[in-house]
Amino acid sequence: MALAKRIIPCLDVDGGRVVKGVQFVGIVDAGDPVEVAKRYDQQKADELTFLDITASSDARKIMVDVVKAVAGEVFIPLTVGGGIRDMQDIHQMLHAGADKVSINTAAVDNPYLVTEASMYFGSQCIVVAMDAKKNGSSWEIYTHGGRNPTGIDAVSWAQKMVDAGAGEILLTSMDRDGTRDGFDIELTSAVSDAVSIPVIASGGVGKLEHLVSGIVEGGASAVLAASIFHFGEFTIEQAKQYMETRGIEVNL
Amino acid sequence: MSHIAVVDLGTGNLHSVGKALQKVTAKQRIVITSDPNVITSASHVVLPGQGAMGSWFRALDEHDLRAAVVNALSTCPVLGICLGLQALYSHSDEDGGTTGLGIMSGNVRKFPINQRLNNELLKVPHMGWNRVQQCFSHPLWTGIEDGIRFYFVHSYYAYSDMVSEIAALTNYGLSFVSAAAHSNVFAVQFHPEKSHEQGLMLLHNFVCWNGES
Repeated sequence: MALAKRIIPCLDVDGGRVVKGVQFVGIVDAGDPVEVAKRYDQQKADELTFLDITASSDARKIMVDVVKAVAGEVFIPLTVGGGIRDMQDIHQMLHAGADKVSINTAAVDNPYLVTEASMYFGSQCIVVAMDAKKNGSSWEIYTHGGRNPTGIDAVSWAQKMVDAGAGEILLTSMDRDGTRDGFDIELTSAVSDAVSIPVIASGGVGKLEHLVSGIVEGGASAVLAASIFHFGEFTIEQAKQYMETRGIEVNL
Repeated sequence: MSHIAVVDLGTGNLHSVGKALQKVTAKQRIVITSDPNVITSASHVVLPGQGAMGSWFRALDEHDLRAAVVNALSTCPVLGICLGLQALYSHSDEDGGTTGLGIMSGNVRKFPINQRLNNELLKVPHMGWNRVQQCFSHPLWTGIEDGIRFYFVHSYYAYSDMVSEIAALTNYGLSFVSAAAHSNVFAVQFHPEKSHEQGLMLLHNFVCWNGES
């Protein structure tokens, strides 16, 4: 098998600026999305994900400009998520140069949006983002940045989203997010085994071994991480080299 | 002054294709267009594509661009990307069966779902960086290492037994056409505009190409 497993750094953007302290040696402006994106591009990131954490709709326009600026400089796939509500939002982001949009709360509010968008733009650009939290022996979907429980079971939701036309699933474990204890492997493998489309594991990466288990044990097609790359602990290239020594195919 | 026309059918992200082309050429103007005259007067034509084959052809006819595109395919260097490769074949199984432009000999079909390789489920779409094995030398492969990875995202693939038209093969549980060549037409299943430096190299080779192989 020659298809490489992907490493995707995730950048939080607020009001057009990268936040959550990206710390690179020698970077002039760590808040500039273009500069940060370029740095990850040089490190051989497979894709980039921008998460717009801005609440106001005014700043949404700023996000469009961010996407435009990054897409003009960095020639790897870009995913944009956060606050995508309707067809107009999707169109705006794709038109600005995003390759994929990730839809979270809006997919729960209106699952038909996923169908409509995948029929119009193609399922390859529709990522459904799921925030899941352990609840007994299964996992529950939360919306609104993890604030609102929905009572929906994560595995059946993932299957429903495949039927609706999603091209990929971005799966975040709320229990692990920010802990640096590693992915929720049980969750990752339950969802990944249940669907035919690629799953990106997210939430909890604290060391390189976690990336390996997300792929090998979790069955994920890609791994998303933020802090281990942002703080310069490891470069993407180092992470790939490590994964390669563990027998995982990566694009080096 | 000559220009490069990127055919716009209103469905996909053409911004990236345009930006990537602009990055590799200082001299030529890049025009993203739905105007048949702009396509006909171009020195080079790029035929990108995303979404589904049936709606792609419907959009081609709604924009009244079929004649201009067919004309370009026999007159100037053309680069098909993704669906722009698949559309060149005779037939696709997508959307209940769609007739293609028939420039390349072969057909387009869907990757099987639930296929396993070494006990690993092969996910569809085929998404990510995969190896492109060049089958013969071509001006568009200049400076590009054989077997290097490019970025793919697709659920349908082209297969052909016309060896002279298969410029590259890629393996994803099965072997499919990842690049096709026929006189002044070159087409790729992957996205050069999203494939880092090797992708830009291929686009550079295209804008420098006179259409001869």
